[in-house]
Amino acid sequence: MPEITLIEAIRQAMDEELARDERVVIIGEDVGKRGGVFRATQGLYEKYGPQRVIDSPLAELSIVGVGIGAALYGMRPICEIQFADFIYPAFNQIVNEAAKMCYRSNGEWTVPMVIRAPYGGGIGGGLYHSQSVEAFFAHVPGLKVVIPSNPADAKGLLKSAVRDPNPVLFFEPKKGYRLIRGEVPEGDYTVPLGKAKISRQGADLTVVSYGMTHYYALKAAQVVAAEGIETEIIDLRTLLPFDKETLLQSVKKTGKVLIVHEDNLTGGYGAEIAAFLAEHAFTDLDAPIRRLAGPDVPAVPFSHPMQDWFMPNAEKIATAIRELAAF
Amino acid sequence: MDKQLYLDLYYQMVLIRLVEEASAQLYQQGKIGGFLHLYIGQEAVSTGIISARQPKDRVITAYRDHGVAINVGIPAKLVLAELLGKATGVSKGKGGSMHLADVKRNFWGGHAIVGAHLPIAVGLALGDQYQGSDAVTICMFGDGATNIGFFHEALNLSKVWNLPVLWVCENNQYGMGTAVERASAVKEIRQKALGYNMPNSRVNGMDVLEVRQATLEVLDQIRAGGGPHLMEVVTYRYRGHSMGDPERYRQAEEVKRWQENDPIGIYRRHLETRSIATPEELDEVERRAEQEVTEAVRFAEESPEPPPEALFEDIYAE
Ligand SMILES: Cc1ncc(C[n+]2csc(CCOP(=O)(O)OP(=O)(O)O)c2C)c(N)n1
Ligand SMILES: [Mg+2]
Repeated sequence: MPEITLIEAIRQAMDEELARDERVVIIGEDVGKRGGVFRATQGLYEKYGPQRVIDSPLAELSIVGVGIGAALYGMRPICEIQFADFIYPAFNQIVNEAAKMCYRSNGEWTVPMVIRAPYGGGIGGGLYHSQSVEAFFAHVPGLKVVIPSNPADAKGLLKSAVRDPNPVLFFEPKKGYRLIRGEVPEGDYTVPLGKAKISRQGADLTVVSYGMTHYYALKAAQVVAAEGIETEIIDLRTLLPFDKETLLQSVKKTGKVLIVHEDNLTGGYGAEIAAFLAEHAFTDLDAPIRRLAGPDVPAVPFSHPMQDWFMPNAEKIATAIRELAAF
Repeated sequence: MDKQLYLDLYYQMVLIRLVEEASAQLYQQGKIGGFLHLYIGQEAVSTGIISARQPKDRVITAYRDHGVAINVGIPAKLVLAELLGKATGVSKGKGGSMHLADVKRNFWGGHAIVGAHLPIAVGLALGDQYQGSDAVTICMFGDGATNIGFFHEALNLSKVWNLPVLWVCENNQYGMGTAVERASAVKEIRQKALGYNMPNSRVNGMDVLEVRQATLEVLDQIRAGGGPHLMEVVTYRYRGHSMGDPERYRQAEEVKRWQENDPIGIYRRHLETRSIATPEELDEVERRAEQEVTEAVRFAEESPEPPPEALFEDIYAE
C-alpha cells in the first residue's frame, strides 16, 4: 500500500467520488482554478471542468445555502469553507436549514451534502485562522460531524460522508495536512460514520481524542509506554453521532479516562463525552474523568510562544497520562 | 499643498514598500510565520486616503493592513515587531500581520474575516452621528469583500440612516485567485452603490495625488451631511495574495504591465517633472526610509517574546 499525506487522501476521495457519481460537485472559494488554499482540490478543475468544480464568490452563507438547495434537488455537493473560522456567516444555513430539513418535512426532504473545513492551530495562523469549531455543530441533531486523524480514515470517511443522505460537517486538521502520512488501501473503500477506532490497545487508561490531538496522543502513548504505562487510544472519528459502545467497553477495561481536544475546555466537545461516561460508566471508573483541552481564551494568538502555550501537544498529553495513571 | 507634505507622502509610500520588502525577507527566513499579505503596488491608495483624513476621522480596514498602519503614523518598528509576534508589537504580538490596530491613532484595525468589519464601521459612524460629531469613518476593503452579504447590509444601512461613512473598495483585480469578473456581477465595483442610491466614484489608485484629491472632496461632502459614499480605487497587488501563492491564476505579462505603472515611480516622476523636489531630495527621502526600516528590523528582531501570562490577559474588560 502506498504512503500518502492526509491532504492527498482527501483529494483522492473527492477525485474518486467525482468520477463515481455525476451528482457530486465541489463548490467553494478558489477551489477551481487555484486548486484550493491548501490545494485540496488541485487538478480537479482541470479534470472535471468548471461545472463540477465551481469557484464561488467570497460568500460562505451562499456557498452552504446553494449547497443545501442543490442537495435538495438531488445533487451531492461538497462545499468547502477555506478555514473553519469562516464558517460562522453560514451558521444559520447549517443549523436552521440543513440540520432541520429532514425533520420538518417528515423525511421527505433530504440534504445529502458535505461541508469540508480545515480547523485548528499550530501553523501560525493567529486569531482567525486557527479555530476549532466542532462543539457548535456537535450540539445540533440532524447534522453529522466527522474529524479524521489519518489518511486512510480521511479517505474512507469522506467517501462515506459524500454518500450519506444527511448533511455532514467534515473538519480536517490542517496542521496535519502534510505532516500526517500513512498507508491507504487500494481501490474503493469506505469507513463507516459513527464508529470510533481503537488505534492502540492498553489496559491502564483510555485516551479519547480525534483529529490532530489524536495524532499527538499516539505519540504520547509511545513515550509513557517506555515508562510502563499502557494507554488505550480511541480515535473518535465521528463526533456526532458518537460511538458509545466502543467508549463503554474501553472504560470497562481501563477504568480511567482522559479526553483530549484542542478546542477550549468550557462547553467543549469533551464535556459531552465526560458527561456520558459519568452517567453510563460510573461503576467502571477508578478515577475522576480528566480533560485536557485548549485554554479558555477567545482565540489562538499569533505569537509563536503564545500559540505553543495554547496548543495541546504530545508532551502535555504525556504529563496528563502520567498524572491520571498515578491516581 | 506645501512641499513638506509632498515629501511626506513620498516618504510614506517608500516606507511602506521597504517595510513590505523587509517583511517578505523575514518571512522567507522563517522569522515571520503564518500568513503574510503584502501591500506592494497599492501604496498610493492608503497613502492618498489617509493623507486626506482629519485626526478625528476613524479608519478601519481588512487584513492587508500594513500600509494603513504606516500611514496613520504607527512607527515601522512597532509594525515589524508585531509581524514577528513580539511583545513590543503594536498589538503585543497577539495579533500579527492581519490585526494591527491603534485606537489612539483612530485606527480601528485590520480585520481578517472578510467583510465582517463593514457593519462595525456603520456602528462607529452611528456613534459619531449620535454625538453630533462631524467625523467620518473611513472603511477600506477589497473587491472580493463586495460579494459577501456584510457589504450589502452595511451599505444599505449606512444610506438608510444617512451615516458618515466613506466606503473605500480597493479593487486590486483579484480576491485571492479569483478575478473580479469571475466573482462579481458588475465589473466596476462602484456600480454596486447604485442599488443603494449612494453617491459613488472610481479613482486611479496608482496616482497618490488623485486618490488624495478625490478623498478630500468626498470627505467634505460626507462631513457636510451628504451621507455615505462608495469610492472604488483601481489598483493592483504586485505580489501573490499572501506569501507562497503560486499565482497560477494570472499571467506574468499582466503583472509586468501594472508594474510599469508603479505608484511610487509615477509619483516620483511627477515631483521631478513639476520641479516640486529634486532627485537629490527624493534620494535623501529614500535613504531616511531605508534607515528607519533597518532600525525597525533590528528593533523587531531584538524585542522579547510575550510572557506566558499574556495568553490570559484582556479576555474581559475590567
Ligand atoms: C469570511 C471569509 N471568507 C474567506 C476568507 C479567506 N480570504 C481571505 S482574503 C480573501 C480574498 C479577499 O479578496 P479581496 O477582498 O479582494 O482583498 P485583497 O486580498 O485583494 O486585498 C479570501 C477569500 C476570509 N478571510 N474570510
Ligand atoms: Mg482584491
